[in-house]
Amino acid sequence: MSTDWIGSHRPRIDAFAKAAGKSRYIHDLKLPGMLYGKIKFSQYPHARIKQIDTSRAEKLSGVKAVLTAFNTPEIKIGFIQDNWVLKKDKVRQYRDEVAAVAAIDPDIAAEALELIHVEYEELPGLFSPAEALASGAPLIHETDPRGRPKNDNLLDLPWRFEHGDVHRAREESTFWVEDHFSTKATTHTCMGTAGCLAEFDLQNNLTIHCKTQIPYLAQKDFHQALTKMGLKGKNVRVQIPELGGSFGSGLDTHSYEFLAILLAHASGRPVKIVMNREEEFACLSPRQPTETIIAQGCDREGKLTFREIRMTLDNGAYTSWGATTPSVMMLPISSLYRVPNISYATQIVYTNNTYAQAMRGYGNPQATWALESNLDQLAEKASMDPYELRLRNRNHPHETTPMGLKITSCGFQECLEQVSEKLEWSAKRGSDRKKFRGVGMAALFHTGGGARVYRSDASGVILKIDDFGHVHVLTGGVEMGQGFVASLQLVTAQALGVSPENVHIIFGDTATCPWDVGTHASRGLFTAGNAVLLAAAKARDKIFQLAALHFASRVAANIKKKRKAGESVSDPECRTSYDPQDFELKNNEIFLREAPDDPLLRVSLEEILRQAHFREQGQMVVSEAFYDPENEMSDMKTGKGNISTAYIFGVHGLEVEVDTETGQVHILNYVAAHDVGRVISRQTLEGQFYGGIVQGLSYALCEEIKTSKGKMLNPNFLDYKIFSAADLDFPIHLECIETNDQAGPFGAKGVGEPGLVPVAPAVANAVYDAVGVRIKELPITPEKIRAGLKGD
Amino acid sequence: MRKNITFTLNGDRVSLEVASNTMLLELLRDHLSLTGTKEGCGHGECGACTVLVDGRNINSCLYPAFEVEGKEVITIEGLMGPQNELHTLQKSFAENGAVQCGFCTPGMILSAKALLEDNPKPDADAIRQGLAGNLCRCTGYVQILDAVQKAAQDFGIED
Repeated sequence: MSTDWIGSHRPRIDAFAKAAGKSRYIHDLKLPGMLYGKIKFSQYPHARIKQIDTSRAEKLSGVKAVLTAFNTPEIKIGFIQDNWVLKKDKVRQYRDEVAAVAAIDPDIAAEALELIHVEYEELPGLFSPAEALASGAPLIHETDPRGRPKNDNLLDLPWRFEHGDVHRAREESTFWVEDHFSTKATTHTCMGTAGCLAEFDLQNNLTIHCKTQIPYLAQKDFHQALTKMGLKGKNVRVQIPELGGSFGSGLDTHSYEFLAILLAHASGRPVKIVMNREEEFACLSPRQPTETIIAQGCDREGKLTFREIRMTLDNGAYTSWGATTPSVMMLPISSLYRVPNISYATQIVYTNNTYAQAMRGYGNPQATWALESNLDQLAEKASMDPYELRLRNRNHPHETTPMGLKITSCGFQECLEQVSEKLEWSAKRGSDRKKFRGVGMAALFHTGGGARVYRSDASGVILKIDDFGHVHVLTGGVEMGQGFVASLQLVTAQALGVSPENVHIIFGDTATCPWDVGTHASRGLFTAGNAVLLAAAKARDKIFQLAALHFASRVAANIKKKRKAGESVSDPECRTSYDPQDFELKNNEIFLREAPDDPLLRVSLEEILRQAHFREQGQMVVSEAFYDPENEMSDMKTGKGNISTAYIFGVHGLEVEVDTETGQVHILNYVAAHDVGRVISRQTLEGQFYGGIVQGLSYALCEEIKTSKGKMLNPNFLDYKIFSAADLDFPIHLECIETNDQAGPFGAKGVGEPGLVPVAPAVANAVYDAVGVRIKELPITPEKIRAGLKGD
Repeated sequence: MRKNITFTLNGDRVSLEVASNTMLLELLRDHLSLTGTKEGCGHGECGACTVLVDGRNINSCLYPAFEVEGKEVITIEGLMGPQNELHTLQKSFAENGAVQCGFCTPGMILSAKALLEDNPKPDADAIRQGLAGNLCRCTGYVQILDAVQKAAQDFGIED
């Protein structure tokens, strides 16, 4: 098959409307009669609710609904259901929802919140895993979700992975290094803040417009809520506006969505809740903080012998997907480099901090931070070049890792070589120490072929073609800015044989688009792209069957038309009957395989469609596919299982200069090499990597949710710094290595998350090479470097 | 307090009554339905609400509506031609991969326009500084900087 569109520089189709300011985000939606919802959050990190008085708020003119746990059904949320939409007995974090109002304008809603009086009895708070695990610590949850008494603040989710004999391997290792690494809570900071708009029709069917990456799983959660509200069996339609960024924040359903539903039902009017920036910072779930003790060893030749990791995660007050990130951390821990003996154990601890969720990389950045920082320490101990150590232990194509991950395509070696070459590694490493310049690198390993983190890893598409040759692909996947639509458009154009401008990707409506488990784990294009390949093959079969019926008559009609217009046309060698296999479809035209260049023996796709539709006993071209990759869920007990159909590798390297007076890190050059399988949409792909790298640099160098006793101190962009354009005063060089994965659509692997994953340890390793200071806690701030330089 | 204000909005004269606490952002989005201007923070920190007032890029979330009296305001909608032809900068952003989720894009484009009006041939550093007040979480800025550089080569043709 020709690959004219695959790898092209074509602009993203959605970019034009966005650049014109015409795209509609949740903030832009307004319905007749719509009310504005606002939430009253807790004033304490841990307290008993004694009483809530809403009487004054209810009397305020313009207020249409006031809800608390005392006048609504109990709705639990989160995958272990340890959280409540509205809190009744206790608050366990500052962002706990104690009341919600809907009013005719946002100012009245805000005023109503002020009129709600909540009486609390403050309880002692626990703001770190160490405090929460100390003996005698108060319980944050007195019972588990099933109502059984709890004795401690540990979550009953002890992720473990064991392979080989780590104890013995450590004893037998020539070199080993153990150290402690930690990461802080950071947040997505989508430029478009979170929000939703809920409305009921007169039959009590719900439509909710929300910023989600999981429309079908959200639909299930909303169904459960309707059941609790006495509306069992009603329809739930989830519609997704332009997201304005998501980065994992839309992987779970949130209290504010259920509150909009409850308020809409209580008021009988559409209700919109949109977070302001301060709420977005303080009241959405961050990337979870981690404390890691890691040891890795090698033999005399530098072959890795073991890896042992003990990790503590701050879960916050309730449980969302943050608590499952160790399942993804296991990927690099078990499978980045060849390591024969591995032991990984975690404990996840309830605290009175805000509860953690998924964020781009899903635990992988925290794991890779420890792995790749510690690997450089090991290289130094073994007196080896860290690049050589990595090269020696790299993964190879077609090998199975201790976790049972079946690596197929693997461009790890090329990535290492490219970074070393482009960075001039051997010339720059160590030699410029006097000038306080240094180079560092780090590698990454991630899912690239879907990820069976739920029982399903499936993606549905419906493909239909209209009278004018326009193709509509209805997908359950979600565009959140990453370029899913642009990439899927090219895959469809290529697979079907039509031009991209005739392909329209429709997403974000559970009423019209087919089921998909969600857009996460860098799986969007991989799974939906494969579904499109299946659907396109079916559509082509159908088109060629129709061509067999109508081709000869259309060719004759077209010749007649030309003659009528005065053209002199000789009769082509046209048969009276054709078989479907005689045809090919390219660039919107159906022609004969045996005469691909004959200008007369071809008809347009739209002509065939019109012929098929507009007659007695007509037919249509609508095909569907439900693609579920050949991967497996990992075993909860052993952690083993080939969870993805393909794996992605990458290596980042950079040169830095450290100002030894201020501790400031100045990046001089950044190189990233990724095994991408195959480039589909070049601009999209590059955008994912540039965006991931810069988000990673922000994570590495500046981002941190600062708290005091569970309260966020920096819920604004002045105090929570992310990179701005002014920070980009260095070149980023991208290398995309194409390994053409056997399972990927046209050979492509997933690329959404990887760009961020190895950035922080690469920076830390470069800083160490420059000034000999090993930073072990993110972010790598000037203060920490200065302290290191002073030998503190 | 309320008063009547008159100003030029995307080339048209507009006259309406606003309250003293109304910011330009609210006026544009809620009263005039020009939703291309976005609210990212409401505190002048992110630049998503950037519009041009007399050619200068300002954060409309902090700019009192009273202040536009007699001035010329350009929003993202005002950059397009009568047949929805995209402005050089809009086209350059769309064609060079400078747009992902798109939420920061209108403000980013207007800051770029103010920059190019002031400095038609900016070097890389001037572009970075010119866009420093507009945050983007998706793109990593690389393709945005590239798009502005490329647009600078064509700039002046339309304006």
